[in-house]
Amino acid sequence: MADTVQFDLVAPERRLASVAAREVQIPGADGDMTAMAGHAPTITTLRPGILRVTHDGGTDEYLVSGGFADIGAAAISVLAEEALPRDEVNAGVIERLLAALRDGAQDDVSAKAIADLQAAGAALGVHAG
Amino acid sequence: MPSLKDLKNRIASVTSTRKITKAMQMVAAAKLRRAQDAAMAARPYAERFEAVMGGLAAGAAGSDSAPRLLRGTGSAQVHLLVVMTGERGLCGGFNSTIARLARHRAEDLLAQGRTVKILTVGKKGRDALRRDLGDHFVGHVDLAAVRRMGYATAQDIARDVLSRFDAGEFDVATIFYNRFQSVISQIPTERQIIPATFEEGAGESTLFDYEPSEEAILADLLPRGVATAIFTALLENSASFYGAQMTAMDNATRNAGDMINRLTIQYNRSRQAAITKELIEIISGAEAL
Repeated sequence: MADTVQFDLVAPERRLASVAAREVQIPGADGDMTAMAGHAPTITTLRPGILRVTHDGGTDEYLVSGGFADIGAAAISVLAEEALPRDEVNAGVIERLLAALRDGAQDDVSAKAIADLQAAGAALGVHAG
Repeated sequence: MPSLKDLKNRIASVTSTRKITKAMQMVAAAKLRRAQDAAMAARPYAERFEAVMGGLAAGAAGSDSAPRLLRGTGSAQVHLLVVMTGERGLCGGFNSTIARLARHRAEDLLAQGRTVKILTVGKKGRDALRRDLGDHFVGHVDLAAVRRMGYATAQDIARDVLSRFDAGEFDVATIFYNRFQSVISQIPTERQIIPATFEEGAGESTLFDYEPSEEAILADLLPRGVATAIFTALLENSASFYGAQMTAMDNATRNAGDMINRLTIQYNRSRQAAITKELIEIISGAEAL
């Protein structure tokens, strides 16, 4: 089928998803983008945010903390530093990720990452300092 | 000739040793399975990462503006050797093979007049290298408190290595670890992580769009590459460790079994000899009357 694209979401410790997706909404470093089959080959880095995958069985949401995406015409791979399915996201997780970011915080890049992460948490209905 | 009591004590002691080694073998087998699963789960990430990085690096390697993590510092004077071993022993040659490989490398480099710095990960490697190369130690990472080898551990080590690199402490970094081949075979491996090396021809020749820019992505990914390489090494190492321990404990259990058999035969012979001697004494005493 031409209107689906092989989508893989992998984190260093596990593979989270491998499905035939219709569209994938990716939180790119320069803004969200939606990739569908036939997308021009692109590599982008990610900011902390929510990744949405739409496939025949519905839509899955994942919280990603950063990493990069390798988008091709027939396959999309997202290599996330840390990724969690929506069900596993709670205030504790967000706190932990925030703490990790603050730990290494020394420039405005991490300040933006912290804000992005808080926004993502809020979007999923999880609030954390 | 040891007395009957001595033999009995030795048999009891070897039997309890066998119980311990048997238990350790079983624990190692269970942990090995978990470590192997973890190593397997990490493989897709590492493979894709390598593929993308290979393509990116091939494009950027030639240019002068390439990040220092890829290009190097332009010199190869100071080498950092990251030696990864286990926290514990009783695992056959696991720790000593890595230590030997690292020691040879360090001696080669020193003979060439290079400066060698050593970062040890895991207690046993530190102990093994301290006598000959103790002066070159610059740091140590203790894994005793780490219950489950996670990416966070690798990130911590990577951050340490990268901050040393940024501070100009070394030019080339190499990691030493055991690659897991099978339960009975682990291959001591060295891999250069800074400047980054990638297998030739790994990247596809597709022209990519880059967001934000090729340089920015490369600068973002290279530190992650270091963490990924270290993570892979840690996982391979822990699988290798349990594999080696399982094999070593299996051998120990078998040896203990052989030893018990030998001691039991000796014990029975001595006992029989004692009985025969006593009988002879009784009979000759009776005949003398």
